[in-house]
Amino acid sequence: MTTDVLIAGAGIVGAAIAAAFRAEGGKCLVVDPDLVGGGATAAGMGHVVVMDDSPAQLALTEYSRRLWDNLDLPPNVEREHRGTLWVAADAEEMAEVARKHALFPSSEILDERALYAAEPELRPGLAGGLLVPGDSVLYAPCAAAWLLRLTPVRYAAIAELTPDGARLSDGATVSAGLTILACGAGITRLLPQLPIKPRKGHLAITDRYPGFLHHQLVELGYLKSAHGHSAESVAFNVQPRSTGQILIGSSRQYGDESPDIRPELLSRMLRRAVDYMPRLKDLQVIRTWTGFRAATPDSLPLIGPVTDRLWVAAGHEGLGITTSLGTAALLLDRLLGDPPAIPPEPYLPDRFA
Amino acid sequence: MIPLTVNGQPLTVPPGTTVAAAVMRVQPAFRRSVTGESRGPLCGMGICMECRVTLNGHPHERSCQLLCAPGMEITTP
Repeated sequence: MTTDVLIAGAGIVGAAIAAAFRAEGGKCLVVDPDLVGGGATAAGMGHVVVMDDSPAQLALTEYSRRLWDNLDLPPNVEREHRGTLWVAADAEEMAEVARKHALFPSSEILDERALYAAEPELRPGLAGGLLVPGDSVLYAPCAAAWLLRLTPVRYAAIAELTPDGARLSDGATVSAGLTILACGAGITRLLPQLPIKPRKGHLAITDRYPGFLHHQLVELGYLKSAHGHSAESVAFNVQPRSTGQILIGSSRQYGDESPDIRPELLSRMLRRAVDYMPRLKDLQVIRTWTGFRAATPDSLPLIGPVTDRLWVAAGHEGLGITTSLGTAALLLDRLLGDPPAIPPEPYLPDRFA
Repeated sequence: MIPLTVNGQPLTVPPGTTVAAAVMRVQPAFRRSVTGESRGPLCGMGICMECRVTLNGHPHERSCQLLCAPGMEITTP
């Protein structure tokens, strides 16, 4: 088989790359042994969010959110501009609200009263919050399928990389001008030298309770718990779905590569959620699951060449849905030799060489 | 006998009656599926989730697993 671009991974990142390259007339083949959007893409929350742990993270998430807003998505992607409400528990976290407010031009600072007006189910005694209205939520597996609607997908894994493409697990060989690996934490099977580690997460979803929750809520303590590199952490992170269901997160865990639910960590995560929103405990959880983020040491993805004909797009950790479109745009600009919209250097894989 | 209401209609049932049995005295439909179909109890053992009703304001209670108590207000869509 011959193609212009061979993409390994039918998750949101591979799908975004295929859609971008195809729009420029490139012939793409996507390979994945699993369902389209079936890995970390299906396991996550589908939160399109601007984050500012570093200037490079802010640049990529802002750029990518703009690209999402330019897309006219079909109804089954269930996109809603819910906005993110960062919840501040105390004065220290209110200082973080002020800092973020300066970075997010359209954001709005909420005092204690405005916070309860926005989300009446939050517990009393919280300090306030920051509403970022431009953030959205979507159902990522359907977004991946929509991005791939015009691209052939072959249900196979890459068995071995070859000088001009790959040999697949189904025996086929693919000759490609360019191979791009967008297979999340699984990428280290092919390129063990990359500093990517799986970071396990748990999620729970409730039955339908329309009107219970209005925004994606994230505790500002999340910054302390999520982006430290401690072995295990949980944070309050809840999301209203268009069905009235509530998605409850989140946990982060290194060193556990089993997909099994860890009951003690799941209950710690749910207790954290109930601590912020007491009446959550009256709602029925109907499903729980786990997934694996692809984490890098500096919390930025690897986007760019390993060799002239082998590129990577992986390590997006918890921001793959958001940053998939920016990732694809950076790679396409590199291929075409166009000036990129944001500096690509902070994401180049050779920063770890 | 235990007094309660189903969709506002007063009813009395013997002790030991499940909420599902009380609802069935009044009407066959317990809930509507997401696509609008009429649904009612299937398994009777708390697994199928088809018998859910709103009980004293709490949505999604499994009526086959609960016994009637005095003053219960049961509502179905």
